[in-house]
Amino acid sequence: MAGTTLVTTAPTPTAPAPRGRPRGTRERPSGWYLAPALAFFGFFAVLPMGLVVYLSFTDWNGFGFPQPSGAANWERLVADGEARDALLLTLLFMVVTWAVQTPIALLIGVWAAGRQRNRAVLSSLFFLPLLLSTAAIALLWASVLDPNFGVTQALPFLDRFNFLGDTDIVIYTVVWVVSWQYVPFHTLLYQGAARQIPHSLYEAATIDGAGRYRQFFTITLPLLKYTVITSSVLMLVGSFTTFDTILILTGGGPGTTTRIAPLYMYITGFSGFEFGYASAIAVLLLVLGAGLSLFVTRITGFRAMQSQQEGS
Amino acid sequence: MTATALPTRGATAAPAPPRPRRRRRRRERPNVLAGVLSLAWFVLVAVPLYYLVSGSLRTRQDYLSTNPLVPPSDPTLENYRTVFEGGFPTYLLNTVVVTLATVAIVVGLTLPAAYAIARNTGRFVQRGFSLMLVGLAIPAQAAIIPVYLMITQLRMYDTLLAVILPTAAFAMPVALLVMVNSLRDIPGELYEAQTLDGAGPFAVLRHLVLPLAKPAITTVSVFTSLTAWNGFLFPLVLTQSEDTRVLTLGLWDFQGQFGTNVPGLLAAVTLSVVPIFVLYLIGRRYLLSGLTAGFGK
Repeated sequence: MAGTTLVTTAPTPTAPAPRGRPRGTRERPSGWYLAPALAFFGFFAVLPMGLVVYLSFTDWNGFGFPQPSGAANWERLVADGEARDALLLTLLFMVVTWAVQTPIALLIGVWAAGRQRNRAVLSSLFFLPLLLSTAAIALLWASVLDPNFGVTQALPFLDRFNFLGDTDIVIYTVVWVVSWQYVPFHTLLYQGAARQIPHSLYEAATIDGAGRYRQFFTITLPLLKYTVITSSVLMLVGSFTTFDTILILTGGGPGTTTRIAPLYMYITGFSGFEFGYASAIAVLLLVLGAGLSLFVTRITGFRAMQSQQEGS
Repeated sequence: MTATALPTRGATAAPAPPRPRRRRRRRERPNVLAGVLSLAWFVLVAVPLYYLVSGSLRTRQDYLSTNPLVPPSDPTLENYRTVFEGGFPTYLLNTVVVTLATVAIVVGLTLPAAYAIARNTGRFVQRGFSLMLVGLAIPAQAAIIPVYLMITQLRMYDTLLAVILPTAAFAMPVALLVMVNSLRDIPGELYEAQTLDGAGPFAVLRHLVLPLAKPAITTVSVFTSLTAWNGFLFPLVLTQSEDTRVLTLGLWDFQGQFGTNVPGLLAAVTLSVVPIFVLYLIGRRYLLSGLTAGFGK
């Protein structure tokens, strides 16, 4: 049936195809089912990718039309010390955020995977920060850390720090606020994965005399390998594109001490009205961001990760 | 064999000492390190949230003069009234409109798309799927300048639609991934049975795919709602006036507007959490599945 369909449709485009005949091809949804989503996504997400590359070769102050300017923006970017500082700061921010969140999320996630009631109650409280928007969290912490009336001013030891004003520690303050927001999410990932580990493994290990820490390092951690990878990818990509938190919490300051690359791009464009140059920075962000995701998923085998999910 | 089967019931295996039965299962010693860490994290989560709610109930005088960790001496709802008399209701309404419209677009477009991807092995469809998956790696910041240019050229600047359309587009790759994973789990026999009964693709979509994809649709809806609800960058760049301001921007604006009225700001932040909190209470599982959409169990 399917074979005849192929033969008949090709040479006779004259008559409209009779209904119900080519069941073999008609039963499956055609590409038109995908087309609207693809067109929509293409227009609002893929087309901008092309446009931003074009804009990076123009001069545009936000009004009227962009004027071509050759490679001027790119030459400027290569020589721009501020951009390099912003990128290095972004890298530092990513590494520290990852190093802070991963152990906390891993340990609490494994702990919360236990079925004890006190753990269930506590862990439902742990997830509360997930309910707050980024803007709400940044505003809350700006208030908590306020150098005059904040909570930290009412506490011993902590009251000697100016968390948002001291240029040496402010980036770590941002790391902390971002971690406070996202640790619950990663805890959730680890909790779900840890619950998939068969109890019998631990029981066998207990019989063999392995203690809790030994069990953690020889059973739990190896079996959570793919979750660690997923979680780390999300953390790195997430911190690479951190924007709202910093804009609200510090505005990139004091000075430029928290101005990571996405914020530098935003400020250059929407405060400095140098949209052409900001586009060049955006292209760099795009390449680094996409490269990071693809690189990490490639070397760690995202497919293995997906199949692990399907199996669970 | 018996050893592995028994412990699920509890500590009944050891017959010799008549130990008191405890709720604690196979673990003998409490896990001190993890317990301490969890308690520490609990304090770090609870204190700011306590400060948020208690601070929103303070008078300004109380806020300025007393220790922020002491319960408010004279709790008042005055701050909430101030917030409601400001722009808050407008911002809330705008956010609700943006959220609902974004979810409608994302679900309406990705469900049929996922159906095509799961059942059509043609090159166009599979290439299209790959293209949209690349979208998972695109940071929205990288697109913001051209999106701004496009929106102004389309004369949509400062409308809610300007926020809705890009937000929906950038939520689509994750939504599609979740939908496709779910539809691929539907056994092929079910599709074939429908087809044998003479159902066309659209009938299959309506009578087979739609009911079976309900969990995925829920997950996608929750994920997309949260994305739209918490959205900041697109509204920041694509809207301007108070009439189109969404909640997240409104909160930020309160910070400048209220100046020293921190209790007012805290009340606004608290109010902005209430809708999600209600959702959390009625459908914790759905909310958590939406939060980890596509990335966890």
